[in-house]
Amino acid sequence: MRVGLFIPCYMDAFEPEVGIATLELLRRFDLDVTYPFDQTCCGQPMVNTGCHEEAAATEALFVRNFSGFDYVVAPSGSCTHQVREHMTAIPQTPDVVAVRARTYELVEFLHDVLKVDAFPWAEFPHRVSYHNNCNALRGIGHARPSELHAPFYSKPLDLLAKVKGLEVVELARPDECCGFGGTFCVFEPAVSAKMGHDKVRDHARAGAAYVVSADSSCMMHQRGSAERLGLPLKFIHIAQVLNGAAA
Amino acid sequence: MSHPQEPDRHRMIHPDLAVSDDEAPRSPDGHRLEHGAGTSRPLRPRSHEPQPRGARVHGHRPIDQNEAAARFIAAPEHEQMHDERLWDLRQKRDRQMRAIPEWEELREIASRIKQHTLSHLDTYLEQFEAAAKANGVHVHWAEDGAAHNRIVHAILRDHGARRLIKSKSMLTEECGFRHYMAASGIEVIETDLGERIQQLDDEDPSHIVVPAVHKLRADVADVFARKLGTDPDNDDVHYLAERQREATRPLILEADAGLTGGNFAVAETGSIVVCTNEGNADLSGNVPKLQIHSVGIEKIIPQVADLGIFVRLLSRSALGSPMTQYTSHFRGPRPGTEMHVVLVDNGRAARLGMEEFWTSLKCIRCGACMNTCPVYRRSGGLSYGATYSGPIGLILDPTFDKRKYSTLPFSSTLNGSCSNVCPVKINIHEQIFAWRKVLAEARELPLVKRAMMSAAGKVLSHPALYRTAIRTADSALKVLPRFVVYNPLNTWTQGREMPPVPKSTFHDWYAANHPAPAEDPTSPEAKP
Ligand code: SF4
Repeated sequence: MRVGLFIPCYMDAFEPEVGIATLELLRRFDLDVTYPFDQTCCGQPMVNTGCHEEAAATEALFVRNFSGFDYVVAPSGSCTHQVREHMTAIPQTPDVVAVRARTYELVEFLHDVLKVDAFPWAEFPHRVSYHNNCNALRGIGHARPSELHAPFYSKPLDLLAKVKGLEVVELARPDECCGFGGTFCVFEPAVSAKMGHDKVRDHARAGAAYVVSADSSCMMHQRGSAERLGLPLKFIHIAQVLNGAAA
Repeated sequence: MSHPQEPDRHRMIHPDLAVSDDEAPRSPDGHRLEHGAGTSRPLRPRSHEPQPRGARVHGHRPIDQNEAAARFIAAPEHEQMHDERLWDLRQKRDRQMRAIPEWEELREIASRIKQHTLSHLDTYLEQFEAAAKANGVHVHWAEDGAAHNRIVHAILRDHGARRLIKSKSMLTEECGFRHYMAASGIEVIETDLGERIQQLDDEDPSHIVVPAVHKLRADVADVFARKLGTDPDNDDVHYLAERQREATRPLILEADAGLTGGNFAVAETGSIVVCTNEGNADLSGNVPKLQIHSVGIEKIIPQVADLGIFVRLLSRSALGSPMTQYTSHFRGPRPGTEMHVVLVDNGRAARLGMEEFWTSLKCIRCGACMNTCPVYRRSGGLSYGATYSGPIGLILDPTFDKRKYSTLPFSSTLNGSCSNVCPVKINIHEQIFAWRKVLAEARELPLVKRAMMSAAGKVLSHPALYRTAIRTADSALKVLPRFVVYNPLNTWTQGREMPPVPKSTFHDWYAANHPAPAEDPTSPEAKP
């Protein structure tokens, strides 16, 4: 199985260790993982701002980088959502359609494609609260959102349940957006920061030592919020936990 | 580990936000009454924190929602109360939803009925008009807000009316009816308590269901003290409600005409259905000899049988109560009285022709999308500077004024909770997303935003440029905020610390550890 690894631009710059953990984790399953060297971004920042025209060249570059793989895997629900649902600034050639359909977020890939049933190397003896990125939750179906009348399920929590020692605590507002919102976080700074503060206070009140998420962008915003408030929360990507990070 | 189950109720209100003296109305057996907004309480009994006012409106200039939201957040008692009160409504809605096994099916049916009706709107409107006329109702057509105001004014003038009592109607807000009437010499009295508070304070409603939800009771005490002469230091809800009632009741009983909006207009019977918790639409409809109902043309439903679906969804979604206290059907004039219905377009027919946005006409104005919206809860409805605020406002307002409301679709994180709570399944967040594209194409984005996106698009589509830009920690810190968090004004540090910049990028780490051509997956790998 040939897998193309997509490392989102902000992760490339700010969270390289998440990229490394993702690569290592995928290689544990005997996959042929390649990191196409000319990758940059999925186009989301422009598209989210309505500037589809400005995103076209970036989207085309993404497709050039990731054509021909069986799967494209990204440790980001938000970028995966962009590729699968919103990569429409370029003509929908068979190549583009194929790349979009084969792009998976890491949790989905482990849960739905590889159907991993154990992470014997992973142990994380901490109280953890899980942050669902909104695009992961409602955009690509990571879990049952609390607004819907449907049986509860959660792919990330299913995976975390296989990690020795890990305990998940409940938030008072489980699916409340943390206020990152892509470019929202700088164009609407007051509301964004308030949402971030409320979110990290909820984590802290729930008794979490660590916040785990499949999206580094939300965590970058939440970490900044927690530091500003002086809350002793630590943040770690689910790829690192599943890869056996000792924390 | 353990899976989080459905969280139990008492854990949902943060301990430090809960108040001990629960003054909410109680049933004889001691349970908090579940109906209406009355059970949502302010955080503290008193506050002298001044009420933050809404967006500053300058003609057609784009609204600065963020600026108004920042002022709302800077009034922590108001912001916290508002957020908590509306979140409480969302939770009550969730409980009602969970008690109805066929909830999602109801939403689907409601959505289909609305889509069907909207696709055959002309037929159903004609059917409604014929049925209403057969019931002895005068039917008027208004193509816009101005026409609506003229029609209603003319009806009132013809009857020599001096005072009009009115129940809450977003449509009349949309038409600027109250402002128009101010110059007419005819007095307009709002009969919905929240709307009356807003009228007395000369402020627009901040929420389509609970118009004064952004006010603390101390704010209400201030308004009543100024306008009704109550004791400014007494903010007891019973005292305030009673004084307001004493002041307003006589005006209601002696009114010459009454006006209501309409939640539904039933084509089959020609009747107008109004749902309230205070029974005030009944006052407007049944007390004066002249009754007028102003209804948007999208409020049509085909038959009475459909009503059951909507009535089951409406109040559960809006306030988390199973039913509104009153569901009043106005079918024809009482003996010796007159009944008028004004059917208003005001941009709806044009909206019906907008491929990506026509389903916004399915809206039944329940406000659930506002209650769940994390941005709305923290900004207050007045920060949008528009008739409609919150998620539904973001997709309706630009249809009224593309320039003035060009900023609103950006006041969202696109989290999608609104679409999930919407009882008629409007894809609200997808329409917000689609509006951004429409506005960008119409060149309605601020120049700085557009320039940044254009620069970002260039850098991100050229690997070499991109690599140079983030080569070193120093340049990454300088440049990355520009195209990762797009931050020319350095707003990130407003409330947040900057992320630390690591020694190397993932890319450089990979290059260093994969010396052979990166495309060759068989290359020997150094352990990171
Ligand atoms: S858009 Fe949906 S949720 Fe929002 S007010 Fe209208 S019907 Fe209610």
